[in-house]
Amino acid sequence: MESVILQIAARHMRPLLIILSLVVLYRGHNEPGGGFIGGLMLGAAFILYAMGFGVKKTQESIFFSPVTMTAVGLLVALASGIPALFAGHIFMTGEWVTFFQGSAMELKLGTPLLFDLGVYFAVAGMLTLVMFSIMEE
Amino acid sequence: MSTGLFILILFVLAGLAPFTRRYLGNTAGWVFALFPFGGFIYYLSLLPAVNTGQLIMESHAWLPVYGIDFSFYIDGFSILFSLIVLGIGTFILVYAGYYMRPYPMKGRFMGYLVFFMASMQGVVVSGNLITMFVFWELTSISSYLLIGYHHEKPEARSAALQALLITGFGGLALLGGFVLMAIPYGTYELQAMFANPDAIRNSGLYLPALLLILAGAFTKSAQFPFHFWLPGAMAAPSPVSAFLHSATMVKAGVFLLARLNPVMGGTELWYVLLSAFGAVTMVAGAWLSITQTDLKRILAYTTVSALGTLVLLIGTGTEYAINAMIIFLVVHALYKGTLFMMAGNIEKMSGTRDITKLGGLYAYMPKAALIMGLALVSMAGIPPLLGFIGKELIYEAKVYAPSWRYLVVVASFFTNVVLVFLSLRLWLDVFGGKTPAYSKKPAEPSLALIIGPLFLVLASLVMGLFPATIATPLTSAAVISVSPTIGAIKLKIWHGFNLVLGLSALTVLCGVLVYKYKEAVIGFANKVNLRYFTREFAQLFSAGIEYFLLITKAQTKNIQHGYHRFYLMTIFVVASILVWSIIWRSDPLVLELDFSDMPLNLVAVVVLIVTAALSAVATHSRIIALIATGVIGFGITIIFIAFSGVDLAITMVMVEVLMVIMAVAVLYHLPRYVKYSATGARMRDGLVAGLVGGFMMVLVLQAGTSQLEEPISEFFKEMSYSEAFGRNIVNVILVDFRALDTLGEITVIAIAALGIFSMIKLAREQSQIKKN
Repeated sequence: MESVILQIAARHMRPLLIILSLVVLYRGHNEPGGGFIGGLMLGAAFILYAMGFGVKKTQESIFFSPVTMTAVGLLVALASGIPALFAGHIFMTGEWVTFFQGSAMELKLGTPLLFDLGVYFAVAGMLTLVMFSIMEE
Repeated sequence: MSTGLFILILFVLAGLAPFTRRYLGNTAGWVFALFPFGGFIYYLSLLPAVNTGQLIMESHAWLPVYGIDFSFYIDGFSILFSLIVLGIGTFILVYAGYYMRPYPMKGRFMGYLVFFMASMQGVVVSGNLITMFVFWELTSISSYLLIGYHHEKPEARSAALQALLITGFGGLALLGGFVLMAIPYGTYELQAMFANPDAIRNSGLYLPALLLILAGAFTKSAQFPFHFWLPGAMAAPSPVSAFLHSATMVKAGVFLLARLNPVMGGTELWYVLLSAFGAVTMVAGAWLSITQTDLKRILAYTTVSALGTLVLLIGTGTEYAINAMIIFLVVHALYKGTLFMMAGNIEKMSGTRDITKLGGLYAYMPKAALIMGLALVSMAGIPPLLGFIGKELIYEAKVYAPSWRYLVVVASFFTNVVLVFLSLRLWLDVFGGKTPAYSKKPAEPSLALIIGPLFLVLASLVMGLFPATIATPLTSAAVISVSPTIGAIKLKIWHGFNLVLGLSALTVLCGVLVYKYKEAVIGFANKVNLRYFTREFAQLFSAGIEYFLLITKAQTKNIQHGYHRFYLMTIFVVASILVWSIIWRSDPLVLELDFSDMPLNLVAVVVLIVTAALSAVATHSRIIALIATGVIGFGITIIFIAFSGVDLAITMVMVEVLMVIMAVAVLYHLPRYVKYSATGARMRDGLVAGLVGGFMMVLVLQAGTSQLEEPISEFFKEMSYSEAFGRNIVNVILVDFRALDTLGEITVIAIAALGIFSMIKLAREQSQIKKN
């Protein structure tokens, strides 16, 4: 099942989808989006590529296996709960750091974002893991 | 030094042992032996203080709220047992260091031995029932590892598992007994129980607690009918048998009974149960040992018999009985440890431990013959070894037993005759007589293999020769700890001409006679065993386990049938029945439906969804059914958008798209519809679907009209930005307020994904193997 249209589409759509998934992940805190949806998009990007080029090629083109991705996601999510312990709060309490306070570029980063990143990778990893195993011939 | 630290050091040593072999080489046994030897000296140094009535206590907080601490309670009895464990342990380590030389993974073996030693030491000094239980279970586990050391042999594995199952079952019962025992006291501390024994005796918990504790003690100490695991455990290497199955682990049950004697003992029930089980075990062990031919199995059955004797003596509970129990404990540990080590030596030097294939070894190993001979003299209860004093005391205790005197004396007489007979047989048939053809020329065992037996026998001899100056101070405090109301008897070797001495002489005479006609006796015993005991308990036990496994397998097959559709159906039916029963009993549903302000485009979407659902049900093609469900999904997405649930809508779109891709990928592997389901099955599925859909509808409608409590959404709306700095409430809930839930959820999906991955991979590999 080699489709040139699908292959070209997949080649160009994949980076766009990955960027879009990151955007969705980041903006999730204030507007619709978040780690779960972003993770689904990231997974969809890989699956689209796999539909065009086959599972084997796709796995070669991404530098970590779906299993690693899932594991990294879980670890990041778990690790995001630890800073709170050092601050003397309960495990998984949100801790925030503000950069450039007061300026136009004010940036707030906190452990919930890290947690969302973990969800993002875990969801994407699990999705590609399942799909790749089903699609593999 | 403290007891807690000492035990900790032993555990650490056990963990390090596998790695030390490279550096220590063959001296490992000697180096390791320094640790228990140090402990031996330490506990010996405590003895004078303890003999003046002092108690040594130590406590490390663990779960103080529940009255559970790592506390140690050291009195005369603990010290006596510690000396046995550590003293014999010292020699066992030296012996094992050399004995195990030809086997692989010696370092690990030494580690297991030290691990066991630490656990056993923990049991005997525990001052808290839970502490004791933990160490007790650790002895079971280390025993499992040691018995199964030759794990490439199936019989070693099954013997190890059998021992673990039986002692593990007993351990569970024991835990139950301990918990019940602690209820009247509110603490697990032994000290509190010793201070007020009546609290448990007068409560209704005495009977169940006693039965459970006895189950634990009897399984551990191989009492009839649980005796069979001990002979089975002879699959272990000889150092293990010499240590665990003669002097220490099997005595843990006896230790426990004696330890709890001041609290639980002295009642009628205690007396009857312990005497009955002890007496039966004593006789059964002696009887079964007659027909054995394997040196180690002969010793194992005599150990069973000795354990029975000890339990019987604790049950009897008189002044003489307790004194006899303590002395016999020491006697037995000394001679049985020696004999097991010597059995190992004989096997090592001659290549066999079958008594019918042995003989004439005296010419090759005179020193070993002498040592073993002394140990056997002690076993037969002949002066001047400590065994004589032990046996005299036992006879004395039984002649003056409170009831069933004649029965107990006869049983004891029979047992001792068998012991005399076996002593003669183990020496004369091994070292005397004709020399059969050995596979290799037997030689004197090396120093490390013989030093342990030598010292143990010397200890027995010295204590037998100087009972008043050496044996009495060692044991008197132990007697008082086991039974505070009685005193220790001053031991002596000569009691004058009396009934007991006559019994002893008669025993020896009968033993010699039995040995003279041994062919006839063994033949008779074999005949009786074949006639009446055709099935061994070990076989019954494994048959029981197999039967149990069969039942569970059949049960699992019924419940875990592997049909996904029936799992789903079970879940759906149970859920809808539960929900419907609640709906049935709650207030009647008031429908206030008003469609007047519903926009026309939404009506169109609803019509689309309903049509799609109907066509999904009616179609004969999988693809159409799939597309139809996709239409339903997207229709619902539109409804979400209409009610400004953008997050949900995006998620829904993603999920729907991926579902379709996934379904297409799966579809490729599925067979075509071979046959359409029967009408009955379709009716059934329709009913289930209707039930589920119905309750969902009613729930949604009811949720819209009824309000049970203030909705929690207000809280999230308020706190979302001020507390969590996020305006997207759904996301804030997911990653901040309920982050732990989310963590659990992603863990679950990760596990599910891994499961799917490995299942598909496994199936693929199997089909490839088939192809090839």
